[in-house]
Amino acid sequence: MNAVPLEPPRRLLSISVDGVEARVPEGATILDACRTQQVDTPTLCYADNLTPVNACRVCVVEVEGSRTLVPACSRQVEDGMVVATDTERVRRSRTLVMELLASSVEMNLASPDVHRWMADYEVRADRFGAPMPPLPAGARDAREPGHHHDPQDPTVAEGVAQPVKIDNELYVRDYSRCILCYKCVEACGVDAQNTFAIAVAGRGFDARISTEYSVGLDESACVYCGNCIGVCPTGALMFTSEHEMREAGTWDEQEQTVTNTICPYCGVGCELELHVQDNEIVKVTSPADHSVTNGHLCIKGRFGFAYVQARRDDDPTRRRKPTERGAS
Amino acid sequence: MDLKLMQADPTAVERSAVDEVLGPPDGAWDGAVERTALDHRVARGGHRARDDRHLLLPALHALQGAAGWISRGGLNYVCERLSVPPAEAYGVATFYAMFSVEERPPTVVHGCDDLACRLADADHGLERLASKDVTVVPSPCLGLCERAPALLIQRAGDQGDSSVAPVTADTLEDFMRDGVWAATDAGIESAPQAADGRAARNQLRLLRRLGIADPTSIDDYRAHGGYEALRLALEHGPEWTLREVTDAKLLGRGGAAFPTGVKWKAVAEQPAHPHYFVCNADESEPGTFKDRVVMEQDPFAVVEALTIAGLTTGCEQAYIYIRGEYPLATERLTNAIEEARRHGFLGDDVMGHGAPFDVEIRRGAGAYICGEETALFNSLEGKRGEPRNKPPFPVQRGLFGKPTGINNVETLINVLEVVREGAQAYAEIGTPGSTGPRLFCLSGDVERPGVYEHEHGVTLREVIDAAGGVRGGRPLKAVLLGGAAGGFVGPDKLDVRLTFEDARAGGYTLGSGVVMLFDEGADLTDACLRIARFFRDESCGQCVPCRVGTVRQEEALHRLVQGRTLGSRADEFALLDDVAQVMRDASICGLGQTAASAVQSAIASLGVFGGDAI
Repeated sequence: MNAVPLEPPRRLLSISVDGVEARVPEGATILDACRTQQVDTPTLCYADNLTPVNACRVCVVEVEGSRTLVPACSRQVEDGMVVATDTERVRRSRTLVMELLASSVEMNLASPDVHRWMADYEVRADRFGAPMPPLPAGARDAREPGHHHDPQDPTVAEGVAQPVKIDNELYVRDYSRCILCYKCVEACGVDAQNTFAIAVAGRGFDARISTEYSVGLDESACVYCGNCIGVCPTGALMFTSEHEMREAGTWDEQEQTVTNTICPYCGVGCELELHVQDNEIVKVTSPADHSVTNGHLCIKGRFGFAYVQARRDDDPTRRRKPTERGAS
Repeated sequence: MDLKLMQADPTAVERSAVDEVLGPPDGAWDGAVERTALDHRVARGGHRARDDRHLLLPALHALQGAAGWISRGGLNYVCERLSVPPAEAYGVATFYAMFSVEERPPTVVHGCDDLACRLADADHGLERLASKDVTVVPSPCLGLCERAPALLIQRAGDQGDSSVAPVTADTLEDFMRDGVWAATDAGIESAPQAADGRAARNQLRLLRRLGIADPTSIDDYRAHGGYEALRLALEHGPEWTLREVTDAKLLGRGGAAFPTGVKWKAVAEQPAHPHYFVCNADESEPGTFKDRVVMEQDPFAVVEALTIAGLTTGCEQAYIYIRGEYPLATERLTNAIEEARRHGFLGDDVMGHGAPFDVEIRRGAGAYICGEETALFNSLEGKRGEPRNKPPFPVQRGLFGKPTGINNVETLINVLEVVREGAQAYAEIGTPGSTGPRLFCLSGDVERPGVYEHEHGVTLREVIDAAGGVRGGRPLKAVLLGGAAGGFVGPDKLDVRLTFEDARAGGYTLGSGVVMLFDEGADLTDACLRIARFFRDESCGQCVPCRVGTVRQEEALHRLVQGRTLGSRADEFALLDDVAQVMRDASICGLGQTAASAVQSAIASLGVFGGDAI
């Protein structure tokens, strides 16, 4: 536990955010500076526990001397930087980014913050007309780069709607909700898991998160750590338990309690947040700011909770014979 | 890295094609069929294997070339050799239009249906070619606009790729009968000015060897002034060369007009090593073909200029990243590099001055975005060709994270003139703000299409007149200036001076030197729709404004054409303005930032889509 920062002291830089002077340590981003000033800055592809990819462009700000707008999440503060976040130009870009996304992707399961920003910026998802109907399963996976497929009706707003991918018992992939923020790829890769089961494939609007040759997760390198679910901002990746309850109409976050505990499987000491509804664990997360996990878990912590609810008396198949004890 | 590979084996053909690029495997650890005694005692892989990631693209080219597609077994073998996760390699393979991850016929005909080829009335019935052995796919601009309509034939096996232009119904018939389509080498026809009489030729600098010196012979190149500039640069040293390039006020010809001397100085002064230099030969802007003509007809000049650039900026290794659709230019440059090496102009001791320097050529695979410098670096490193956020700039952290200088072909060959003539003489060419000569790509409805060299400050009218004016003497409707990322200008703008400063002040751009003429019969609506489609197809998909914005732009244009607007026409134009603004302001790179400029200029200044009625 690094309760005290161990890094050497850093030089302080001056930055002006919307006319207010602030001092932030060297290496801080504009987003850090905005947060110290309580300037509410929308973000989608940014997460505290991942390397910024600055792909969504919703956090853009105006920086004096810069021809284009600048992503706050990744741009490091330079001494004397003058930043404006509340100009008409910034508002218009942020609004458009959210409108472009909302017109092509199902956003209704995004976080409450995202919904607040969409309301604040008066986002009109229907500006580009009614979305086109969902594509059949696998259609987007088969798209070839640079070879323009002619949509049935070129005047209708193209979207990413498609059937949910269900190929394992633990989690589902609903790419109708994917905003291509790259977070799951980062969590699967060097930012957390180093498994590299998924990557971005294809190009342009046809770009998508994919395994090699779009094979099912069971065939891929996936180890079911679920860290991609943990970072997904729009509910595209979801516990099967949550997906099934939502389908059945029984998912109710108001009725859920969250219990914090330590994962019992090994000695690392990962903190778990057990989301419980009707006395059943329906989802497991870990706090992103936890010093052990940074929000990331393994398959055991994430999905290995069934035993908690299994009652030996009720279920003879789960009863362990004494001779099996110690067998791994 | 503990990689999980696929359960698929390469064919013998795929295996040998990959081994051709990567060398034979060391042992069973990286994919050898037979396990040796040593394999049981020594583990291989790790950093050493991963450091070869930059060979991913050449390896994928080898697979595609050998088998006609990238199979699971083939990709798996490459992944094993290079220690690349299969999902990532698949992500790279599906980024490029020249690669296929689905089995397809061994011959693929990429038929250009971009701007210049549309104007050339490319109605030659290409689809008749499709058979069990041939796939026909539409292609964005192939950079053969001076001989439109054009196509590129990609063939599996030993035959390799070849360009065909112009394509006519007759040549199609011949091909269908004989199955052979000889690669066409139009020679200096592509630069009509260089084919003119002596008087015109004496005015030429950049094109002066075209059609005179044999592009395959280093001796002929030297007989025509080749390697004089490198000798001067080596005699005077890098500081002198840097001063000359700076004093010549040479500005980059790739579109951004960045001062070359400033860039070189920044690279040279970086404390981190090694430094790299890259020649950006991924010319893909619709309507642009000047770099191709130079590379085909004067390849040694490119290699010599790159050598000067590299030695001036403290590099020992340079790369030429060339468009995958340029087979002849690739062949000529490869030959030029080999010849230069053989004659001591590249290698451990360049021209006996003790400095080592070498050049490697890398082929793109069909992605316009890879002409963006940071996307090019990613592509060269074996990643998806997605642009990086700047800063850090390439001079700080470029290729492999090291200080990197990067110039396009035209900028580099200007360096030869700077060194040869001296900074002062060079700076007197053109205007004070835009020094030196400039290449223009004349295409579309023009009498003599081709590459033309002029001095900066020439007017658009003079450029068009030098190419014989509008084809058939017909009235001019519009000029596309600077490419698809540039803009349309009307016939009232023919007296604008073509300099960087005039362009900035007048709100137009020289871009990559595209001057494409549209006569009164041309359909500008169709041209705008094609441009919108081009950007939609070529967006890398990384950032939202460009990924979705280019799609929404095309849809709005279709709605305007079909009269099925959402709300009024004014509402659609407002929508287009909003999308244009977010793409310009918030996109990561120049592709998104300019994806609306041509369409916007057509609406605003030419009234296309009825924009003048609003």
